[in-house]
Amino acid sequence: MGILFSLLIVVGLAVVALVGASMGHGMQMFFGVIVPYVSLAIFIVAGINKVVKWGRTPVPFQIPTTCGQQKSLPWIKHSPIENPNDTWGVVRRMALEVLLFRSLFRNLKTEINDGKLSYGSEKLLWLAGLAFHVSFFTVVLRHLRFFITPVPAFINITDSLDGFMQVGAPHLLLTGVILVAATAFLLYRRIGMAQIKHISLPADYFPLFLIIGIALSGIVMRYVTKVDIVKVKELTMGLLSFSFTVPSGIGVVFFIHVFLISTLLAYFPFSKLMHLGGVFLSPTRNMPNNSREKRHINPWNDTFGTEVHTYAHYEDAFREKMKDAGLPVEKE
Amino acid sequence: MYNGGKIIAGLVIFFGLLTVPFFINAVKPTSGANPSIDTPVINSLDTKECVKPADYMRIEHMKVLDEWRDEVVRDGDRKTIHVGGKDFQKSLQNGCMECHSNKKQFCDECHKYAGVKPYCWSCHFVKEEGRI
Repeated sequence: MGILFSLLIVVGLAVVALVGASMGHGMQMFFGVIVPYVSLAIFIVAGINKVVKWGRTPVPFQIPTTCGQQKSLPWIKHSPIENPNDTWGVVRRMALEVLLFRSLFRNLKTEINDGKLSYGSEKLLWLAGLAFHVSFFTVVLRHLRFFITPVPAFINITDSLDGFMQVGAPHLLLTGVILVAATAFLLYRRIGMAQIKHISLPADYFPLFLIIGIALSGIVMRYVTKVDIVKVKELTMGLLSFSFTVPSGIGVVFFIHVFLISTLLAYFPFSKLMHLGGVFLSPTRNMPNNSREKRHINPWNDTFGTEVHTYAHYEDAFREKMKDAGLPVEKE
Repeated sequence: MYNGGKIIAGLVIFFGLLTVPFFINAVKPTSGANPSIDTPVINSLDTKECVKPADYMRIEHMKVLDEWRDEVVRDGDRKTIHVGGKDFQKSLQNGCMECHSNKKQFCDECHKYAGVKPYCWSCHFVKEEGRI
């Protein structure tokens, strides 16, 4: 149900852009200029809003997740990345998390084999996830050629490396292939694996279909029904200089591509995709495990005037009962 | 906000990088690409006609070249293309560039603008410029 619903929304969006862009210059102005501006504005404003909201949320306890030896006595070997005790350690752990998905690498699969519960290594999700993120990032980086004039050398180099197999003309870009293959696997997980399908929601399927739609429309535009990319760049450079121009004869696939991307941008801050910012603000990831060196004071102690209930208060209240029960007390 | 300094720094870096093209463009506005067909051979033609209409060539010329390359190099098929009373050789240097001899003002103009680096020129060269 959720699968079909999400797929239909994405197809619907593509059809809306297709029909709209075919209706002439006025609608191309809408899909090529107004929609991208609005979606970028939503992305920036709502994205900042969400991060600020997270930033204002107090963390009552020091709650880093750790999976290594804590900093302790000098003769006990400390594991600084698995169990950081200072900012530098947190930075290193966060960098590995963001760039290599280190915690996902530890992902396990749980199965029942011959009536027995067993755990096994599960690296495919990590591999596909990393392949997806890296190729998507490279694709975005390559697209800078439509937004900067003259095109910087590092973008040309990225493009050459990406197309180093020199298949066909325009040359085949590997990240496009990897992007589609990886998202196809991520979609297969949610459709073909019973347990994952059970916990999947439209909010999981929709961004996947949307990204697949974006990738496919881009690939179609490059290899099949091509568009005039010089005119496309005139449009994008026009967006950047706020001179709203839509050259005629670009080709409708471009407007489908842009409309789907605009949808992604506008949807981003309200969805699970905000893990882009969220990963940096996860208390279990960004706090050092230094509770024995520094006292972490609950930020809302003062804010809400919470009365601190110390052990001394507790003992005062229950001293007689504790004595009756034979529990040791500090004050007689 | 807790750790406000770090969070705001992160936001400024991310959204700063995201909007960098706006700033580059504000500092240095640029013009588009204007490929020139002002060459002696083209100027001497009565009917300025390519193997296909200009709109088609603008979008699909790389496909045409790719097909020609396969036909000539792999199948040895060097039949000329007959369009509008004129024979065109299936060749980049001896066909296309007979008329479009101005690589810098013609090919490179759009390729540079759109960040396209065709690998034609790792083998082919412009007669006037000699081997690169």
